[in-house]
Amino acid sequence: MSKVRTITVNALARVEGEGGLKVRVRAGKVQEVRLDIYEPPRFFEAFLKGRALGEAPDLTARICGICPVAYQMSSVHAMEAACGADPGPRVRALRRLLYCGEWIESHVLHAAMLHAPDFLGYESALHMAKDHPEAVTLSLRLKKAGNEIVTAVGGREIHPVNVRVGGFWRAPSAAELAPLVPKLETARGEAVALLKWASGFTFPDLDLHHELVSLRHSSEYPLNEGRIVSSEGLDIAASEWEQHFEEEHVQRSNALHARRKGGGIIQTGPLARYTLNFDRLPAAIQAAAQEAGLGRECRNPFKSILVRCVETLWAIDEALAILRTYEPPGPSFVEVVPREAVGAAATEAPRGLLFHRYRIGGDGLIKEARIVPPTAQNLRAMEADLRGFVQNHLDLAEDRLTLLCEQVVRNHDPCISCATHFLKLKIDRD
Amino acid sequence: MENAKPTLAVFKFASCDGCQLSLLDCEDELLAVAGAVSIDNFLEASRAVGKGPWDLVLVEGSITTPHDAERIHKIRRQAKFLVTIGACATAGGIQALRNFTDVADYAKAVYASPQFLEVLGKSTPIRDHVFVDFELRGCPISKVQLLEVVSAYLAGRKPVTPASSVCLECKRRGTPCVMVASGTPCLGPVTQAGCDALCPSYHRGCFACFGPMESPNTASLAALWGELGVPPPALVRAFRSFNASAEAFRKESELHE
Repeated sequence: MSKVRTITVNALARVEGEGGLKVRVRAGKVQEVRLDIYEPPRFFEAFLKGRALGEAPDLTARICGICPVAYQMSSVHAMEAACGADPGPRVRALRRLLYCGEWIESHVLHAAMLHAPDFLGYESALHMAKDHPEAVTLSLRLKKAGNEIVTAVGGREIHPVNVRVGGFWRAPSAAELAPLVPKLETARGEAVALLKWASGFTFPDLDLHHELVSLRHSSEYPLNEGRIVSSEGLDIAASEWEQHFEEEHVQRSNALHARRKGGGIIQTGPLARYTLNFDRLPAAIQAAAQEAGLGRECRNPFKSILVRCVETLWAIDEALAILRTYEPPGPSFVEVVPREAVGAAATEAPRGLLFHRYRIGGDGLIKEARIVPPTAQNLRAMEADLRGFVQNHLDLAEDRLTLLCEQVVRNHDPCISCATHFLKLKIDRD
Repeated sequence: MENAKPTLAVFKFASCDGCQLSLLDCEDELLAVAGAVSIDNFLEASRAVGKGPWDLVLVEGSITTPHDAERIHKIRRQAKFLVTIGACATAGGIQALRNFTDVADYAKAVYASPQFLEVLGKSTPIRDHVFVDFELRGCPISKVQLLEVVSAYLAGRKPVTPASSVCLECKRRGTPCVMVASGTPCLGPVTQAGCDALCPSYHRGCFACFGPMESPNTASLAALWGELGVPPPALVRAFRSFNASAEAFRKESELHE
């Protein structure tokens, strides 16, 4: 068979931001796989220079409308690392609560509304609602529970206003947060139902062995802090990220691709977190995962939907645990005294490891910013997944293969807006 | 009758996706909206792609590339009623900070490999390119206002959104004025209402997500900030955030440079 097959998806749907996809097959061999990113760059790293360090959480939130809390968390941790500030355990707990809200909201959005329609053959969750009304309404309620946490702690669900370097502008009272408890207790049952629903899907075969990278904490499932570890034995402090990873500017793409220095393809996100931290999940969550058909490792990207459901359940339990013992931090923040320093931090955004590094001056202004979102780290993995998948499924009809290729990309929940925000460009001017 | 439903399309330009996400965040109303209109193009949510024409088109994001400057004209030609959603689409967004510098300055920063890429020197709002029927402010927009725009369209009336300042919302909420009570610099007096005066309720000054109100007295506010001890560079930064390119904010910021 010497004919050339081309799979083209001009605009990827149900992802955040704008990208396309092209796979070329010749004589039964995948020749070219291209994930085209044409989302325009927005120059965040350039204009952060000269801004006050305290502005970082409000500014970097605007990189992403789906995971603004992730940007706020990585930026405040990096600034506090630079200035040697420690807001203490109560602020820490409140930040974890806020981040749990974002995990729930973002995971449910992706799993139920963006990813599930692929498995069931619908164009969108709204099209799916006719035949699966219960699953869709349940997901909307569950997503709302996540958004309600973000609103209660952060002020609003998109671009929360309450996060500041050193803590929070105002700590919510116990009475303000109390109504979340019964809502999350209901949500827990819904998350179990969602996991059960998704576990009934048919998962195409695809087993990959990219180097998995995530945070690892001494006792908790990773969220806001921990060391960076990998399936190849890497174990470093977050501040050492740049010594071990690098970004490559790929000609065709408006986003950079990250990789392990001298190494191969890396993958961050739910599969990496789950596989590297299964032992950090409470027994009840492990049992729920196993009941849904997951092992202690998960390397099939199509099953990322199950891992997202498991992590949703975990985030609900974690949020409930924090809420049941919540005492407002008082004062709600510590004073952060600027000093000339470099601070780095990584946290686990729903889509994976999010690295921030800032160099700040004694005047409290940012001299240099570097932000590496999870999607930039996963772009090569996405292309490799496509290559492997198409090679093994060349017998499929064009329409079916195209749909599955899109799904291979959506497995990663790519956030193209995030991946593209920072590109440094050379502009030719007259 | 299925065919009689008005069609809705959502398009994105340079932005964070947050404003169109607001529609998916209307968890209680989403299925009702989806029942009242036929969603014909909404890439963030659906593979179904329509060619238009559309009755109601929501546009997020600002124009930053020559390709997008053409694309918005194509969309406008297919749109009966075009609404811009959010600070990017109505004021150029945070990426309009490039408008105050030569974009080549950004290129001086380290980049992986030099290459030519088609990016405009300025980030501009949609109204600079095509006629806009209605603008919804905010970074992000308010869900309540978004639903008001959609319902008003369906009812054939003009959407009702306030042109007054955030101060009125503070008064209505009963939040003590952070500037008067604690000397906290606040942009509320010159910022359009719509967020329900969120920031002062968190003991911080408004940072103007919704952009300038109708005829804002920015000079008077800048003088008051000066009295509160805010140095000019901090004042410039305050006016230059998510609505930096909105005329009133741009002009006031330039006076203090």
